[in-house]
Amino acid sequence: MIATPVIATAEAPVYRLGEFHRFEGAGERFLYLVPAGAIFQVDQAVDALIESLSEGAAPLDQLIENLVARGLEADDAKQLVTEMAHASVIVTGKAWAEPVQSPPADFPLQTLVLNLTNQCNLACQYCYEFGADKVATPEGKPKFMDFATAKASVDFLLQQSAGRRSIHVTFFGGETLMNFPLLKQVVTYANQVAADNGRHIDFSLTTNATLLTPVIIEFLSANRIGVTVSMDGNKEMHDKLRVFANGKGSYDIIAPKVRELIQNHRTRPIAARVTLTSGVTDVVKIFRHLKQDLGFHEVGFAPVTTSPNQLYAINQRGMDGVLEQFHVLADEYLQFALRGEAHGFSNVSDTLAELCQGVNKSHPCGAGLGLLGVGPSGDIAPCHRFVDSDQHALGHISTGIDRQKQADFLQRGHIDSKYDCHTCWARPLCAGGCHHEAFVRYGDTGHPNLHYCDWIRDWTNTCLEIYGAIAARNPGFLEQFAERKAAS
Amino acid sequence: MRHMRPLNKKAARIDNYVVSRTTEDDVVALQSPPAPARPHVPMACSLMFTPGWEVDAAGGTAGLCQPVERDIYDCFVSCYWPAQVPDHLNNAPDWTSKCASATKDWRNLDLVFP
Repeated sequence: MIATPVIATAEAPVYRLGEFHRFEGAGERFLYLVPAGAIFQVDQAVDALIESLSEGAAPLDQLIENLVARGLEADDAKQLVTEMAHASVIVTGKAWAEPVQSPPADFPLQTLVLNLTNQCNLACQYCYEFGADKVATPEGKPKFMDFATAKASVDFLLQQSAGRRSIHVTFFGGETLMNFPLLKQVVTYANQVAADNGRHIDFSLTTNATLLTPVIIEFLSANRIGVTVSMDGNKEMHDKLRVFANGKGSYDIIAPKVRELIQNHRTRPIAARVTLTSGVTDVVKIFRHLKQDLGFHEVGFAPVTTSPNQLYAINQRGMDGVLEQFHVLADEYLQFALRGEAHGFSNVSDTLAELCQGVNKSHPCGAGLGLLGVGPSGDIAPCHRFVDSDQHALGHISTGIDRQKQADFLQRGHIDSKYDCHTCWARPLCAGGCHHEAFVRYGDTGHPNLHYCDWIRDWTNTCLEIYGAIAARNPGFLEQFAERKAAS
Repeated sequence: MRHMRPLNKKAARIDNYVVSRTTEDDVVALQSPPAPARPHVPMACSLMFTPGWEVDAAGGTAGLCQPVERDIYDCFVSCYWPAQVPDHLNNAPDWTSKCASATKDWRNLDLVFP
């Protein structure tokens, strides 16, 4: 078929709006550029430009005319258009989505999560390792990791992380402290080989706190091991689902141990990690209890990962309530930040850290990329949540990463393959959300988590507003986030 | 930039870029603006207004503006390059002598044995 000859025309380019999200904070106006992830404070001239083009695309001379009519000098208007076009706030011609860069094939490892055991002394009903939605298939596999596997894992981390100054080992379970003897051995061994190789290695662990003893706390503090305690609030809320096998709640056992941990472990901040479920959504009350009554330095919240039909799943109304309470704490965070004080609501600080860098993610997290999980059997998983799952294994610690399976996992999870996300302004930060959550909900690790899109956009907007307000009123507060990332 | 203040690291990089692009306009020697993005059109012996092996709106070849057999002559007559059909210039000047109308007589186009 004869195509109409394409004749290059010398017509003036027609300008229209690029992709960005507008927000306000502390009375100032800001733009979040998508997909770059850049944040700019803008003045009235930029507003005038955006409003002008909101009415429809316009060629240069008409655009200048519109801007002059809105009170700008002609020269200033021209420079404004040039600058905004270079920054892609406004664009001409056909939109060409720039492909998101894929990470290089030899992306160095940074964090290894060692599941020291898949056994646990609690029987929390919502557990993703044992509950109804579990992906793990631990039958016939070792229940406790042995030192040979742990040693091989540390060697593997050092070898696969070439070029990184500092690397991390995170201890996980099951209940991590059920294999404390191995933890001690690993710390000693890893410190020694890291030092021999001129590298820096640091450690963290997640625990339910039931097995903490003064000796363990002293060891954790002496070795600067970061501790996150899984804890869901006060006795009433915590004991709803965080129970022993006989159904008895674990709050009374852990509360004194947690106080002791916070008092005696002085080398790293101690964090609480709260799982929100249908009966446990009073975010402000939980935060007050964990932060003020118990003394945690940081408290982070996440809704339970579950298929929607579980009794403990939070319904839409529940999620709206959670978001409302997040806003209360977020406002409080901002007031603290403007005074230069730490507030401790990690859901805000984690997002601010990413906003400070201006991340534009190809993948929602480092799973399968800079982070891998290793199960007690030595199986490699994309992260700790997939450990012991035959379906998701990415190789074995003795034979290394199965590059084909890894490539498949990463290709599924890449933002380019999530078409639903391509028109969303929050995608530079979200990138479709947790692989594991997607698998539990949709049966595919690469499926975008469409059930919480509105939630993510609202929360990202809230954090942007906080970021903007802090940047306008107390910019020094944001320096800690620049350093936080640089340290890794 | 005059009207936007960068507030994070990515914004600072964009700011540097824009400032460098908008303040160095006085240096023009050997510089040309980057070509605007265009659709990828494969340009080779098949010119963009020559029909390739395409189909018509119904998915067949009957409704094309020119017969598909017309393509044979693009490679036969005008091109010296050893292509999928014999060349007219050097090796097979008489290849189409039994083919008065390509649409009807294309079956007469035979293999050529050098």
